[in-house]
Amino acid sequence: MERPAWAPRSIDISVPSVSRIYDFYLGGSHNFEVDREAARKVMEFLPGLPKTMQANRAFMRRAVRYAAAEGITQFLDIGSGIPTFGNVHEVAQSASPGARVVYVDHDPVAVAHSEAVLGGNSDAAVVAADLRKPEEILASPQVLDLIDLNRPVALLLVAILHFVEDADDPYRAVAELREALAPGSMLILTHASYEGLPLPSERAGGAVDVYQDIRNPLIMRSRDEIARFFEGYDMVEPGLVPMPLWRPESSPEDEDPYAFSGFAGVGRTA
Amino acid sequence: MGEPDGPEGRLRRFATIWSRAVFPVTSTSLTRVEFEAQLLPLARRLSEALRARNHTADEARAVGAALVAAHCTDPEALTRTLDCIDAYLVLYCGGDGPQEDLRARSSRLQHAMAAGYAQALRERTLAEQESIAQAALAAQGVVAQALHASEARFRAVFEGAAIGISIADLEGNILQVNGALSRMFGGAEQNLRSRNVTEWTHPEDAPQVWRLYEELVRGEREHYHVEKAFYRPDGTVLWTNLTVSLLRDADGNPQYQLALMEDTTERRLLNLRLRYEATHDALTGLPNRTLFFERLEKALNGAEGQRFGLCYLDLDGFKTINDSLGHAAGDRLLVEVADRLQACATAPGEMVARLGGDEFVALTTGPDTEREVDELAARIMNALLAPVRIDGRELTVRGSIGVVEGPAGERGPAEVLRSADITMYRAKSAGGNRFELADEEADARAITRHGLTTALPTALERGEFFIEYQPLVHLGDGSVRGAEALVRWLHPQHGVLGPDRFIPLAEHTGLIVPLGRWVLEESVRQARVWRERHSDTGPMRINVNLSPCQLSHPGLVQDTVEILERTGVRPDALCLEVTESALIGADDDLLKPLRRLAEMGVDIALDDFGTGYSNLANLRRLPVSVLKLDRSFTQSMQQFPADPVDLKIVEGIVTLAHSLDLTVTVEGVETGAQAEQLRILGCDTAQGWYYARPGPPDRLHELALVDATA
Repeated sequence: MERPAWAPRSIDISVPSVSRIYDFYLGGSHNFEVDREAARKVMEFLPGLPKTMQANRAFMRRAVRYAAAEGITQFLDIGSGIPTFGNVHEVAQSASPGARVVYVDHDPVAVAHSEAVLGGNSDAAVVAADLRKPEEILASPQVLDLIDLNRPVALLLVAILHFVEDADDPYRAVAELREALAPGSMLILTHASYEGLPLPSERAGGAVDVYQDIRNPLIMRSRDEIARFFEGYDMVEPGLVPMPLWRPESSPEDEDPYAFSGFAGVGRTA
Repeated sequence: MGEPDGPEGRLRRFATIWSRAVFPVTSTSLTRVEFEAQLLPLARRLSEALRARNHTADEARAVGAALVAAHCTDPEALTRTLDCIDAYLVLYCGGDGPQEDLRARSSRLQHAMAAGYAQALRERTLAEQESIAQAALAAQGVVAQALHASEARFRAVFEGAAIGISIADLEGNILQVNGALSRMFGGAEQNLRSRNVTEWTHPEDAPQVWRLYEELVRGEREHYHVEKAFYRPDGTVLWTNLTVSLLRDADGNPQYQLALMEDTTERRLLNLRLRYEATHDALTGLPNRTLFFERLEKALNGAEGQRFGLCYLDLDGFKTINDSLGHAAGDRLLVEVADRLQACATAPGEMVARLGGDEFVALTTGPDTEREVDELAARIMNALLAPVRIDGRELTVRGSIGVVEGPAGERGPAEVLRSADITMYRAKSAGGNRFELADEEADARAITRHGLTTALPTALERGEFFIEYQPLVHLGDGSVRGAEALVRWLHPQHGVLGPDRFIPLAEHTGLIVPLGRWVLEESVRQARVWRERHSDTGPMRINVNLSPCQLSHPGLVQDTVEILERTGVRPDALCLEVTESALIGADDDLLKPLRRLAEMGVDIALDDFGTGYSNLANLRRLPVSVLKLDRSFTQSMQQFPADPVDLKIVEGIVTLAHSLDLTVTVEGVETGAQAEQLRILGCDTAQGWYYARPGPPDRLHELALVDATA
């Protein structure tokens, strides 16, 4: 019997998890000491990282609202992690009541937590699956149940692709998802990059090493490499930009310098 | 919206200052303006509490808790909040109340707010810790369930598998075995679990078995596959196809060894049995021809200095025993002989095999077979000396042995065996009950004979035969009266071969009948040619030899008549020569065709007269008109003076022949003196080198002409 891609050999909470580390950056307590220890190590190199995460959340919120305003009512959030607050279903369902949201994560703890949070929300569900196997995501009962693939879907790949190594061919996975979704679907994406970091990349490399150590490699990609994920999509204005510059609702001068690291963008298929 | 300097405007300014102070340390995804909008109601509650009389502490606590709910979970947010309240709350929201009193109240509000914040943060932290722990537990449950299902499936495979499976640690301690493996070892699983893999040595372990094992447990090899034997607890042997794989942990370190084994014991036994059956003779249990050839081939491919000796035994007269006593008795005799032979060849490098029927071989190999093979042959002859007792009869067994000995690396098995076979036949034709050593010349002759025999039929088709003629001369006047036709074979490789080289072979194969007919037809046609050319020299007679085989062939008379009629040659121009030995003991049936030919006018000559048992009394009843005296009589007359006794004998025969109305021809006349002597003794006709050697038909023509003009 082949082990499903998402199923770990066992749940080992002594191993740091990127979703719980993310929660810690966002001030949450859905984490264990190993996670906090790893997060603190990263922050030795990138002390402003929580601000990057916060900007990431703020971008996602604006992008979801934008999609809802554009008439999209179905959301597929892959790499959703542990929903601390301001989650896609909250944002989407407040902007567009009845919007359908399916979360996908390969961390069983994150999935279990999401299930607990979503209990009773009949328009949202979570799937234990892996971005590297899009066919498993698309064939899951939750997706089949909640998402009508003949109508446009907003696909969220927020802060996840930088955890997929080239060896696992993330471009193929993104292309497969694009082909499976109806015309008019959107790709909402953010990705880590050395570009825009307020410190030298050698120093940021220390943070990359920490992720390497916890066997969750962080792949920093260039703007061009990130732009390639939008192949087949028309970029929504203002294109692929630092997160605070994507359709800002307040003055970017208020933003922390760390918020400008990495790129964000939204694309739409014709 | 109130006036900027009105109470509402001042409250808003306070909220703006507060949000600016705290926003940088929040984790909210709201913009600062949105965040400020969240703080405004909190600022209003603080402002009212500052001026109220009662329950002010509760309000402040609630505001502290609301701050946590707005995701200001970093304690720095509280510090900044308190700083902000301390500096600006009384200033912007105190109105014109007594300053000292307001400051004291603000202080109390801050204390209560800090307590509310701490309480809420603590609760939130605990709740989130609880929820993530629950999630981890739930996830563990899901995974454990999946693992359990997978484990259950694995266990089913493990237990239900037909192949044996065992898991051992890297020290070789067996941790787990499945039912199939236990059964292979004869039951009790406990006995296996306390064992160590390294105890499982077996004398038949291939040299690499334990080297591969060491490499595997050291992590240098992922798996290996070998054929291996094990001792079962009861001492019997278990043969397996064994595959051992290395199991590594998640970090890639060697952890366990997994062995899969397939019981091949029965298959192996079956193979051994099939192999035995394929290589042994069912009756005697001796190695058969196949195995013998394998061994012989191995011996012949031996290294330099290695030799071989081979005894090829064929029992003398075995067919008679089989025919008279039955096959069962024959078989028992063979078994007894096999046992005795087996006892003769017990040294290393020696073997005995049965090739089939009553043919056996004994092989010896090594550097010293020249001596050993003689001893081996002698031992075999000795072993056959004692009679074999079967069904109360004492049977004497004799055999003929062909012995071949030689160095390895020169000849192939087929050649060696053929030589042995030929030699054995030589021993047999020398009377049997003996052994002969192979001799290359004898082999060569036999081989040539064999080659000629097989080439005979095509030789006739291809016209490789031709006829030479030796004149028959009348002793009275020296004239040529006819000729004897002598067949020759112009062999493509061996050149011209005389009848002694191939007529016995043709007799043996039956080819003599068509060959004889061809000779007869060819000679008779030649006789007609002569008649046409030399009508003046009188009738020329042609003598043609008849072999015993032709004599008994039913077509003889008809063939002869047809040939004479077709060629238009008169019967009295033909003389058929038949050897005396062919007619010894001939009954009337055999003589009938000769009589009929004689009645037609064909002369019948008794050839080689005097060599066999010359039954003179018998001569009367034979349809014979000519006696051909054997050359042994003329040979004795080559000496001078001739032996008077010999002369008397010849004279007597001639007298007798003449009295029976037979003419006498002599062969082998080589000198004029001989010819004169024979003429005086009364012989009628002569042939021999003195007159002419056998030659082409034209030579005879010349002789006849010479004779006519002489």
